[in-house]
Amino acid sequence: MDPIAPSPILEMRGIAKQFPGMRALDGVDFRAFPGEVMALMGENGAGKSTLMKILCGAYPRTAGEIVFQGKPLDIRGPRDAQLKGISIIYQELNLVQELSIAENIFLGREPVTRLRKIDGARLNAGAQQLLTRLGVQASPKTRVGALSVGQQQMVEIAKALSFDARIIIMDEPTGALADAESESLFRVIRELRASGKAVIYISHRLKEVFALSDRVTVLRDGRLVGETPTAKLTEDSIIEMMVGRRLTEQYPHVEATPGPVRLAVEDLRTRFTRGATFAVRAGEILGVTGLMGAGRTELALALFGALPSSQGTIVLDGKPYRPRSPHHAVSRGLAYVSEDRKRRGLILGLSIKANITLPVLKRFQRILFWLSDRAARIAARGYVDQLAIRSSSERQAVLHLSGGNQQKVSIAKWLITAPKVLILDEPTRGVDVGAKHEIYTLMNKFKQDGLAIIMISSEMPEILGMSDRIMVMHGGGVAGVLPRGAADQEAIMRLAIGLRGTSS
Amino acid sequence: MNSSFFSRLRPVIGLVILAVAISLLSPRFLTTGNIINVLRQTSINAVIATGMTFVILTGGIDLSVGSILAYAGVIMAALLATQLPLLASIALVLLLGAAIGVLTGLVITKGKVQPFIATFVSMTVVRGATLVFTDGKPMSADVGPAEAFAFLGQGYGFGIPVPIFLMAAVLALAYYVLRHTRFGRYIYALGGNEDAARLSGLRTGLIKTAVYAVSGLLAALAGIILTSRLSSAQPTAGVGYELDAIAAVVVGGTSLSGGSGRILGTLVGALIIGILNNALNLMNVSSYYQMIAKGVIILIAVLLDRKADA
Repeated sequence: MDPIAPSPILEMRGIAKQFPGMRALDGVDFRAFPGEVMALMGENGAGKSTLMKILCGAYPRTAGEIVFQGKPLDIRGPRDAQLKGISIIYQELNLVQELSIAENIFLGREPVTRLRKIDGARLNAGAQQLLTRLGVQASPKTRVGALSVGQQQMVEIAKALSFDARIIIMDEPTGALADAESESLFRVIRELRASGKAVIYISHRLKEVFALSDRVTVLRDGRLVGETPTAKLTEDSIIEMMVGRRLTEQYPHVEATPGPVRLAVEDLRTRFTRGATFAVRAGEILGVTGLMGAGRTELALALFGALPSSQGTIVLDGKPYRPRSPHHAVSRGLAYVSEDRKRRGLILGLSIKANITLPVLKRFQRILFWLSDRAARIAARGYVDQLAIRSSSERQAVLHLSGGNQQKVSIAKWLITAPKVLILDEPTRGVDVGAKHEIYTLMNKFKQDGLAIIMISSEMPEILGMSDRIMVMHGGGVAGVLPRGAADQEAIMRLAIGLRGTSS
Repeated sequence: MNSSFFSRLRPVIGLVILAVAISLLSPRFLTTGNIINVLRQTSINAVIATGMTFVILTGGIDLSVGSILAYAGVIMAALLATQLPLLASIALVLLLGAAIGVLTGLVITKGKVQPFIATFVSMTVVRGATLVFTDGKPMSADVGPAEAFAFLGQGYGFGIPVPIFLMAAVLALAYYVLRHTRFGRYIYALGGNEDAARLSGLRTGLIKTAVYAVSGLLAALAGIILTSRLSSAQPTAGVGYELDAIAAVVVGGTSLSGGSGRILGTLVGALIIGILNNALNLMNVSSYYQMIAKGVIILIAVLLDRKADA
């Protein structure tokens, strides 16, 4: 422990959070110090956001205590947290686009005249003071919607200051910022620190963490790995703290000699990705990973014609392919199993049969447009059996199936199209261990059948366990592609964080 | 299984209770003549409501049906005065209705305008076009092949008015399309989850445009029947019909948010509204009070439906 440490303004002790079927946090201790920047790090799903949501009262905690300024803290909700001096700035900013900067800062507590009319002069003067302090050039009367993301973030910070926040939490603040904007954000953070605020800084970017923070707290799998002064850390030691676990699950990877290239992508650009170049072969699983916001799903949607691409060439089975719409993509032999099966994958109110047969209904069409329900049922039945989807009958609505069975339905729906390229986006998210293993076994079978599989996943063990090659994305581009043998968690993490080269 | 069976039956139970109650209050209600009368009066609304069911199943709404009905009526009357064969004129008017629906659908899908606004615009523009075309005056449909044309609205087959046969044919066809064709399945899928439907490779824009075409076509058919029945076309006909049609669909158990509902429910809904109008007339309730009663009964039907689903 650092001997010259000031006394912490915040101490969270033994924090636990139980979600149905999942322990998100398990006995985590966390501290923040006035006049310091505490970086909070960990992989996706390590529990960083959950911990901060508990601190801000967005989630109730299952166990543990929070001491703030020497007193036990009892927070009833986000608003209460703000009033008590704890402000959080989320990645998705919470501003009303149609209101002015000043109106946003003082939303819900506008200064009023004696006649209860909003006092515009005081409102704008108060906002101007804060903006000047933060070095923001814009007039307080500017509509927030007209500001850049970086400027909007400054408005959020101004709002936090207007509450006289003692602790300011920033969740991945530079994710959407241009370099110059990041610079002015860092300047403001240093000023906040100098004025005695405690800043909690969540980021995946190591460079920023080293440039800004005084201490680093690392979480892994919902547990505290350690809290260390930044000066005593190296990039390698942080990465080791973040990923240092063994593969605990078994992944039934099968070796197979991949066939010819099925899908070759060159310099594909969209609004969210920049210049992705890669290829997938028949009979190969290409794992695609990266941190939140790296552009993985966007890349998949662009391949599937659901997100317009501005540039790039795609070759599918030797022929040029320019995705126009999902309809077009399906007709060319692509399939996309969405990461969000409830919102974008399945039609929950319809039956298993209706969901599975939806992309290929034309097959069951007979004379006079009559759809043969019998033929559709038999086809659906085949996939229900093959994928071992547990249900009372194929007429059951998918709404009431378990997560694993729903996921199998959304895979079956695409297998029935006999695709050439299968894109699986987080194929085992929200799926229990048994069903996970079944899905892996199916993936191996598809691979041996000659499908080209693109598996997007945030689960490091899954990526390492199932992929033949691993493509790591960072900031909308391809940071690197690792062959199965050469990939380990640290190499992936380095690429995901935006580092190049090997460890020292 | 059981609960869904009962939820399907609920509108029917409502209809039966309503019919029994009214027959106790007014002995004239349950006469053959009156029942046929009710069915004939219901037929126009049922035809429009059938198209409305297609639209509402996708999660949309169509306010333009009353205006299309009036426009179709006056164009029909105008075509009767030409040399065109009757069947060709009818086909033209139906196509016109469908074309208006296609235009509205394109505004919704390509222009990304909410259905409420887009069809509200069609409702206003088409009504205006009708008034311009007729200079606000009624047009006679008692010209050209008037006798053959009058058969559609005034004729009888086996002692039953022709509009009832037309209604039955429209309902049967709609039932077939919704239950047994690809288009029907796509409508339910789209209404259930538009994002998922699109990502399943369905051409959601095309499907949406098509349902407004169906709605426009059936509104035009209703306009033809009404014009035939009255032997004249009123440029102000059909005002407020969209609300009766929406009411029939909703009372029939179709969800306004799309994805679930049945065409037979719409028939029952239309019958409930038709019977209500008829009964209030039989009981000499003033038409002002009739509107209040209708509103209250629709509210009750919807609340019962909601409660049973919760």
